[in-house]
Amino acid sequence: MEETLTREQLLDMYYYMKLTRMVEERLQRLYRQGKIVGGLYRSLGQEGESVASAYALEEGDFLAVMIRNLGALFVRGVRPWEVFTQYMGKGTSPTRGKDNIVHFGSVERGIIPPISHLGDLIPVMAGIALASKMQRKRSVALTYIGDGGTSTGAFHEGLNFAAVLKLPLIVIAEDNGYAYSTPKHKQMAIENIADRAIGYGIFGETVDGNDVIAVYHATRRAVERAREGLGPTLLEVKTFRMRGHAEHDDAWYVPRELLEYWQKRDPILRLETYLKEHGMADETDFEAITHRIEQEIEADLQYAEQSPMPDPRIALEGVYAETPSVSEVAPLPREHAVRTRS
Amino acid sequence: MPVLTYLEAIRQGLWEEMERDERVFLLGEDIGVYGGAFKVTEGFLERFGEERVIDTPISEAAIVGAAIGAALVGLRPVAEMQFIDFISIAFDQLTNFAAKCRYRWGAGVPIVVRGPCGGGVHGGPFHSQNVEAYFFHTPGLKIVEPATPYDAKGLIKAAIRDEDPVLYFEHKYLYRRIRGEVPEGDYIVPIGKADIKRLGRDVTILTYGWMLHKSLEAAEIVAQEGIEVEVVDLRTLLPLDDETILSSVAKTGRAVIVHEDTRTGGIAGEIAMRINERIFEYLEAPVVRVTAPDTPIPFSPPLEEFFLPQVEEIVQAVRWVANY
Ligand SMILES: Cc1ncc(C[n+]2csc(CCOP(=O)(O)OP(=O)(O)O)c2C)c(N)n1
Ligand SMILES: [Mg+2]
Repeated sequence: MEETLTREQLLDMYYYMKLTRMVEERLQRLYRQGKIVGGLYRSLGQEGESVASAYALEEGDFLAVMIRNLGALFVRGVRPWEVFTQYMGKGTSPTRGKDNIVHFGSVERGIIPPISHLGDLIPVMAGIALASKMQRKRSVALTYIGDGGTSTGAFHEGLNFAAVLKLPLIVIAEDNGYAYSTPKHKQMAIENIADRAIGYGIFGETVDGNDVIAVYHATRRAVERAREGLGPTLLEVKTFRMRGHAEHDDAWYVPRELLEYWQKRDPILRLETYLKEHGMADETDFEAITHRIEQEIEADLQYAEQSPMPDPRIALEGVYAETPSVSEVAPLPREHAVRTRS
Repeated sequence: MPVLTYLEAIRQGLWEEMERDERVFLLGEDIGVYGGAFKVTEGFLERFGEERVIDTPISEAAIVGAAIGAALVGLRPVAEMQFIDFISIAFDQLTNFAAKCRYRWGAGVPIVVRGPCGGGVHGGPFHSQNVEAYFFHTPGLKIVEPATPYDAKGLIKAAIRDEDPVLYFEHKYLYRRIRGEVPEGDYIVPIGKADIKRLGRDVTILTYGWMLHKSLEAAEIVAQEGIEVEVVDLRTLLPLDDETILSSVAKTGRAVIVHEDTRTGGIAGEIAMRINERIFEYLEAPVVRVTAPDTPIPFSPPLEEFFLPQVEEIVQAVRWVANY
């Protein structure tokens, strides 16, 4: 029997989706004002699948996000100030300015940060699932991959490896229509990414990615199978990238009709409609949540804006567990310069 | 003579090669309809069609592997890495397949793998790397990295016409910032030839890529103090142009090697050793290097600036060897 989501849970997911959207809207303004460093990757229209899939996890599980899964990070306890400081390259950011965007996390929090190289997380998350099995833990590992990212060798190797060892791994494949400018039909010769599950001998399922309730239940099923030792799941979510690859890209190559089609299926609006139709919430509830988020964002943004940029010498720290002593063979200019530069 | 940006010069070179030789074709991610992440191949699809400008899946190993296969049977593929950082995924195809074909069974692999390298644009640890040292250690590969529009065009043409695999690294910081005169029509810059970008008698700077421009700035500064620096732009990193390198250093007796790549295992170490082996008696001072430190390249501007070699450090290094 499938559990039913309570009003509290649904409103909780609503909060995280809305938080994601509003933080990103704020980031977009900062981007236009030249206040963030580097590019901005939005998840507009995809907040639902990120939030709902992460929401299906429990304490002790491991999550690894890709660029469009900010919502999943919020579900795992990340706060907006961490995101703002990352985007601004501040010294108070989780990586102290060493890396950008959603490239942060910690094993303690169950968050494994990605590298940019698409696909590489999947074998790594298979390893986390392997360790969970070896250590007789209940933890599962969940990660994401875009339609484009499924074309990598690492995606294939990681899934096959996890399949053979029956590891508690859940891979959420996000079909959002495009990989940068490349439409899905130039990425793969199949319609549904989940069809690949057959080839690996694992569970595969395709769900409407903008239906948070459907995504939640499908992920839940995958998590339960994983905990029971039934191995990995390739869960495909159908959704759409409503902005360019990043904010520099106006996505002129995406047909307007597609955007209009998906606009009507916006995951936040859909959840609002569902809640209203079921008499679980009304506009005042949504407004209250929005208001709360506004305040949270303002406070966190203020902290981020007031934070200092990192001390340049942080660049030299943390390459190894122990910092190796700099060899003092000769008064070489670089060492000299490093020591004297303020 | 027309003045082009570094990026336009690469584009023109590629374009002319595609016009000249129908065996030349391009493959890579988002290079066709979109014209490439940096727009290097803008307009190519319209001119040369889908068969010669192929938008591929995100599969760097397959992109390079397929390029190798096509090259083995007579085509001239030019593969783009969207950022050169992603060439790591094709490492095996390059270092084991492409690099060893000729040696093992006499088959040439005339491919070009090109893409944007380097820092300075706050790209973070995975969109800013310099990857030459990983491949410098592989006999069978060639590596070039132009610093000027003139060299960019001449080297892309030479790379395409070369009978062996060539890695062509384009510095993204230079793409739209550097302009220069570029002759219309055909010319090549030979692979394996360095170029003296500034003549001088006191100190030789050996460098390439973005660091050429910083080195030229440094040379200008120390010139006011009466130190005449000769600046050698390596242009080709593999094989190194020993003749130009060694004759310049033998002349000045003092060498500073500057690269943006990290220090340990960087190309500077090899160059210094060649100087040591061949012209030790000509040296008036130890050979020194100005490089990035041995860390990943960080994202935040103050960290990245600290990481990247600065003009002031080159100036200090030059003064140090000059006054040794
Ligand atoms: C191995 C690799 N090649 C190329 C890139 C450059 N790149 C970054 S995101 C992207 C498109 C990704 O598309 P998709 O996986 O569908 O995810 P989406 O952006 O749609 O969420 C590309 C080509 C990369 N990060 N990694
Ligand atoms: Mg996609």
